[in-house]
Amino acid sequence: MNYLLAFLFGGAVCAVGQVVLDRTRIKQADLMVILVVIGSFISALGFYNPLVKTFGAGASVLVANFGHVMTQGVIKGFAENGLLGALEGGIISAAPVLGVAILIGFIIGLLFRPKG
Amino acid sequence: MRERESPQAKRYARLVEQEKPVISLVNNVFKAFLVGGGICLLGEIIKSTLIARGFTNDIAGVWMSIILVFSSALLTGLGVYDEVGRYGGAGSAIPITGFANSIVAPSMEFRSEGAILGLAARLFLIAGPVIVYGLVSATGFGLLRSIFK
Repeated sequence: MNYLLAFLFGGAVCAVGQVVLDRTRIKQADLMVILVVIGSFISALGFYNPLVKTFGAGASVLVANFGHVMTQGVIKGFAENGLLGALEGGIISAAPVLGVAILIGFIIGLLFRPKG
Repeated sequence: MRERESPQAKRYARLVEQEKPVISLVNNVFKAFLVGGGICLLGEIIKSTLIARGFTNDIAGVWMSIILVFSSALLTGLGVYDEVGRYGGAGSAIPITGFANSIVAPSMEFRSEGAILGLAARLFLIAGPVIVYGLVSATGFGLLRSIFK
C-alpha cells in the first residue's frame, strides 16, 4: 500500500509538472526552483510532514522536499538556539544530501566525459 | 499523392492537426507520471529496506536521498540518465535524482573550460538557484512560522 501511495503521489506531482512545462514558458530549472519554494511554504504551514507521513517517498523524493527539510531546520534551530539557530538550521539540515551531491558531482565531472 | 482532396478529407486533416498537441501532451504527461512515480516507488523500496535493517525512519530517509543522488549521478556520468530525462521529462527532473543530474551534467559538460570556472562553477548552474531560493524561502517562511505560531 505504501508503495502504491508513493508511486501515485510522486507520479501525480510530476504529471502536473509536465503540463506546466508543456503549456507555459516555465522551464525545468524554473520548475525545480518553484517546487522548492512551494515545498518550503507548505512546510512552514505544517502540511508537508503529513504529506510525508501519508505518501512516504512519494513526497520526500520530490525536490520540494529540499525546501521542506531546510524550513524544518530553520524552525528547529530557532526553537533550540534562537536567531543563530534559525540562520544555521537551513544549511545544516540540507547538508547531508547537498554535500553528497557536490562531492559526487565533482568526482563524476572529473572522471566522465559527456556522450555525443 | 493527389492534390485534390475532398472537403471531408481536408476537414479531417485539419482536425488531426488540432488534436495532435493534445495527444502529445497526454502522452508526455503519462510518461512523466510513470517515470516520476517509478523513482518515488524506488525511493520507498530503498527506504523500507533500510528501515527493515534497523535504521530509524529519519536516518533511513536521509540515506535514501543520498543513495538516489549517488545513483543518479553515476547514471548521468554513463549517459543513461539523459535517456531517462528524454523519456520522462518532468518525471525525471522533479525527483531528487533530477537535482543530482542538474549538478553532474553541467560539471561534465563544462569541464573543458577548466577545473575552477568550468567544472566547479558550472556544477551550480541549476543547483545554485535551487539552493539560493530554497534557503531564502526556508529562512523567511521558517522564521515567520517560528514567530507567529
